[in-house]
Amino acid sequence: MAAARFTVVGGGLAGLMTTIKLAEAGQQVDVLSIVPVKRSHSVCAQGGINGAVNTKGEGDSPDIHVRDTLRGGDFLAEQTSVKGMCYAAPGIIYLLDRMGVTFNRTSEGLLDFRRFGGTLHHRTAFAGATTGQQLLYALDEQVRRYEASGLVNKFEYWEWLGMVKDGEGKCIGSVAMDLRTMEIRTFPADAVMLATGGPGIVYGRSTNSVINTGSAAGRAYLEGAIYANGEFIQVHPTSIPGEDKLRLISESIRGEGGRVWVPKKKADPRPGKDIPEGERWYFLEEKYPKYGNLVPRDVASREIFYVCRELGMGVGGKDAVYLDITHIPAPVLDAKVKGVLEIYEKFVGDDPRHVPMLIWPGMHYSMGGLYVTFDPGPNNEPVVGSPKNQATNIPGLYASGEVDYAYHGANRLGANSLLSCIYAGQIGGPAMISYSKNSPSGAAAASSKFFDQAKSQWTERFETLRKMSGPENPYEMNRQLGELMTANVTVVRHNDRLKQTLDKIQQFKERWSRCNVLDTSNNANRALSYVNQLWNMLELAHVITYGALLRDECRGAHYKPELQLPEPKTKDPREDPEWMAAWRAQTDKWRKTTIARYNKGMPEISYEPIPTPVLPPEPRYYG
Amino acid sequence: MDTAHGSADRAQVRFKIWRQESPDHEGRFEDFRVPFHKGANVISCLMQIQRHPVNAEGAATTPVIWDSNCLEEVCGSCTMNINGRARMACSSLVEKLPQPIVLEPLHKFPLVRDLMVSRQRMFDALKQVKAWINLDGTYNLGPGPRQSPKDQQKMYVLSTCMTCACCLEACPQITKDNKFIGAAAISQVRLFNMNPTGKLNAEERLHGLMQEGGIQDCGKAQNCVEVCPKEIPLTTSIAAMNRDVTKQLIKDIFSADEQTKEASGPG
Repeated sequence: MAAARFTVVGGGLAGLMTTIKLAEAGQQVDVLSIVPVKRSHSVCAQGGINGAVNTKGEGDSPDIHVRDTLRGGDFLAEQTSVKGMCYAAPGIIYLLDRMGVTFNRTSEGLLDFRRFGGTLHHRTAFAGATTGQQLLYALDEQVRRYEASGLVNKFEYWEWLGMVKDGEGKCIGSVAMDLRTMEIRTFPADAVMLATGGPGIVYGRSTNSVINTGSAAGRAYLEGAIYANGEFIQVHPTSIPGEDKLRLISESIRGEGGRVWVPKKKADPRPGKDIPEGERWYFLEEKYPKYGNLVPRDVASREIFYVCRELGMGVGGKDAVYLDITHIPAPVLDAKVKGVLEIYEKFVGDDPRHVPMLIWPGMHYSMGGLYVTFDPGPNNEPVVGSPKNQATNIPGLYASGEVDYAYHGANRLGANSLLSCIYAGQIGGPAMISYSKNSPSGAAAASSKFFDQAKSQWTERFETLRKMSGPENPYEMNRQLGELMTANVTVVRHNDRLKQTLDKIQQFKERWSRCNVLDTSNNANRALSYVNQLWNMLELAHVITYGALLRDECRGAHYKPELQLPEPKTKDPREDPEWMAAWRAQTDKWRKTTIARYNKGMPEISYEPIPTPVLPPEPRYYG
Repeated sequence: MDTAHGSADRAQVRFKIWRQESPDHEGRFEDFRVPFHKGANVISCLMQIQRHPVNAEGAATTPVIWDSNCLEEVCGSCTMNINGRARMACSSLVEKLPQPIVLEPLHKFPLVRDLMVSRQRMFDALKQVKAWINLDGTYNLGPGPRQSPKDQQKMYVLSTCMTCACCLEACPQITKDNKFIGAAAISQVRLFNMNPTGKLNAEERLHGLMQEGGIQDCGKAQNCVEVCPKEIPLTTSIAAMNRDVTKQLIKDIFSADEQTKEASGPG
C-alpha cells in the first residue's frame, strides 16, 4: 500500500485549510473526519471573521487588531502567532472572497464589515449570519476539487483513536476506526495534523456540536502531548438554553445594535415588549459607556451572572436577560442576521424582530488546547514554512484550530476564531512539509511493527470495551459530568468547589469502569466509540478543573471572586499607582502559560513565562 | 440551570422508531415513551433514549443510531422522515407533531443503520458539476471582483444549501439505484455560474449537468422547493439552468460544426 504522505484529522476550517495548503504543494493527503467534512462544527460560527481592512475610514490597522486581540486575551496569548494572524487577516478575507464566499457587500460592491466585541472598529466581514457555514463550504469546495484530481483522500465517518509512534517517540501515523464498519486500521504519515476542534461536550450542553467531545485532544494528551491553558473556557454571554444544547445567539446581534437589559423592577411580571423604555436597565451600556453591549465576552457573561445571581434582577426572577433588537427595522435585520433570528424563531417560537429575546450565557469555546510552538522571524511573526509552527511537543504531531492553545489567551474575541483556524492551517500545512523534508526517516521507512502493534493494541482495547456490561450508562454519565462542570468550572469559580469537582471527576473515572457499552453490534456502533471518548473527556475535565484550581487569580474568562483586585480609585486604572502595583504583582506571578503533562494518571502542571516581543502587558479595562 | 425557558412536564411523548441493525437485517418499528420537556425536539428525545435505552414495553434495547451534529439546522446532518416527511430532526419540535411520532430513515439512500443513511451521492454530484471556483492558488492576490448587494443576497440564499437531502428524498425522479443528481447540485451550478469568477468556467458546469443523471432527468414535480428547510428557490434554479443548458447545447452543436470545418481544411 502506497502511504499518503500526510494525514489531517478533522474537516473544519483548520483541517481543510491545512489540506488545501498540502495539496496545493502537490502532497498526498488523507483527511480523517468523524462526520462528512461539510458538516463540521465550523458551520456553527455565525457572526463573521475579523480583518483590519479599514474600509470605514476609522483608521483601523493590523496593529490595532493585534492590540485588541492581546488585550482581549489578557496578555496570555502567544504573541508572534497573534501578530502573524492579524497581519494575514486582510489577505485571508480577500482569499475567501476569491473562493466565492457570499460576503455581504456595500453599495459600492465592496466587502462590508460590522462591529464585534472587544474592539471599537468595524472589522468583521460576514456572510449573513452563517459566516462559518459559508467559509467552510468555500474550503470544502476547494478540497473537493483536489479530491477530484486525486491528491486528497477523504475518510469520512472515521474516528482518530491515537498516534502511531516509532522507537524514538516520533509520530509516524495514526490509528483510526470506521464508525460504520468498526474497522480499525493505521494511517502511516510523515506528519499528522490534529484539527479536531474544542471540548464543549465535556460540559454536556454547550453551543458546540455533538462531535465536539475533545476526545482526540484528550487522547493526544494521554500519549504525551502537552495540553496548555485548559482552564480558559469561554462562556458566550448570549445563548438559548435547550435540553439538547445551548443554541448560540451571535455577538453580531449586538454588533448590529442589539441591547442587553433587564426590567428595573425585580421580577416584573409584564412581557418584555410591554415594559417602557424608562423602566429598563441597560446594565452593560451604563457600566461600560465606551464599549457598551460590545464588551468582550468574558466581561459580558460575568455582568449577566452578577445581575441575575447576585442582584436577583434576572427576567422573571430567573436566570435570563433580554437581548433586544426590536428597535432595528426588520429588513435591515433580515439582510444581516437572518440566520440567527431564524434559530430563535424555530427553537423558541417567538419572532425576535418584535419580541425581545431571552438569553443566558452558555459554554462556547476553549481558549486552551494542545501546546504548539511558532518560529518567530525578525518582525516577530511566524516564519511561514518553518517546521516549528503549529508543532506540538511530539515530533511529527501538529495541531491547528480550536484544538491548539495559542491565539486567544485568557479570552477570545468574537470573529477571531474563524480567522485563527484558517491562519493556523495556512502556516500548519507548510510546516508539515518542511518537517517531512528535514526528517528523512519518515513513516515509509519505519518498521511495520510499530503499526502492527498500534493496531493490535486498539483492536484489543475495543474488544475489552465491547464487553463492558456494568450498570452505568455512558450518556447519562456525560450529562452528569456536564452539569458538574457547568456549575463549577464556568463563569464564577471557587477553590472549595473546584476541589469538590476534582473529587467527583475521580469518582466518575471509577464509575467509568462500570459502564455498560449498551450495544455489541459490529455495525455503526456509536455507543462503543462513545465509551472510549468518554474516558478522554474525563481526562480533559480533570486537566481543566485542576488548572482552574491552581490558578489563583482572575484573568480573562478565569474568574475567582475572592481573588479579584480591588476596584481602582481612578476611572482609568493606570492613574491609580496603588492599584497598578497590585496589578503588576499579579501579572508578574501569573501571566504564564499553564502546561499540563499527563503523568501516572494525573495532570502534572507547571507554568511557562510568555515572551512579549509584540506588546508588553497593560491593564485590561473597557470603561 | 433553572432558566426562564425550561419547565418540566410529566406528560410523555410517544415515538415509533424504525430499527434495522444493518441493510442485511430485517427492519421493524420499536415504540418508545419519553418524558416531555418544553422546547423538546426529536433529537433531544433520541438523546433521552440514549440515556435510558428502554422501549415502551419496558425491555432494554440498544440506543437508536442517527446522524446529527450542530442541532441548529445549519450542518444538514439530521435529516430523517418524521411522520412521513423528510425534515431536520433538530428543528422538529415535539409540541408541533402529532403522536406517535414516526421516525424512519430517508428511503432514497442506502441504509447504514436505524435512521442513518449514506448521502455520498450528493457529494459525488457536486464533483460531477464542478461546484467550486477554479482558484489560481491561495496566495494573496487581492480582493475578488466587486458584487452588488442584490446579487450577493441572491447568491447567499443559494449558498445556504447544507446538502441535507430533503429535496432528493421528496423528488419522484430519485431512486436508490438511479443517478439523477437532484435539485441541490443543480442549484449549486446556478450559484457558481452567477459568481463573477465562477462564470469563467460556467460551460464546464453546464456540461456536468448534461451528463448521465443530469438536469434532463428532472420531472418538474416541484416537490424539492416545498421541502427545502432553507427555502432555497430550487425550482427557479432548475428553470434557469434548463435555459442555460439548452443554450449550451446549441452552442456546442455550432462549435462542433466549426471544429469539423476546421478539421476538414479549406475546400
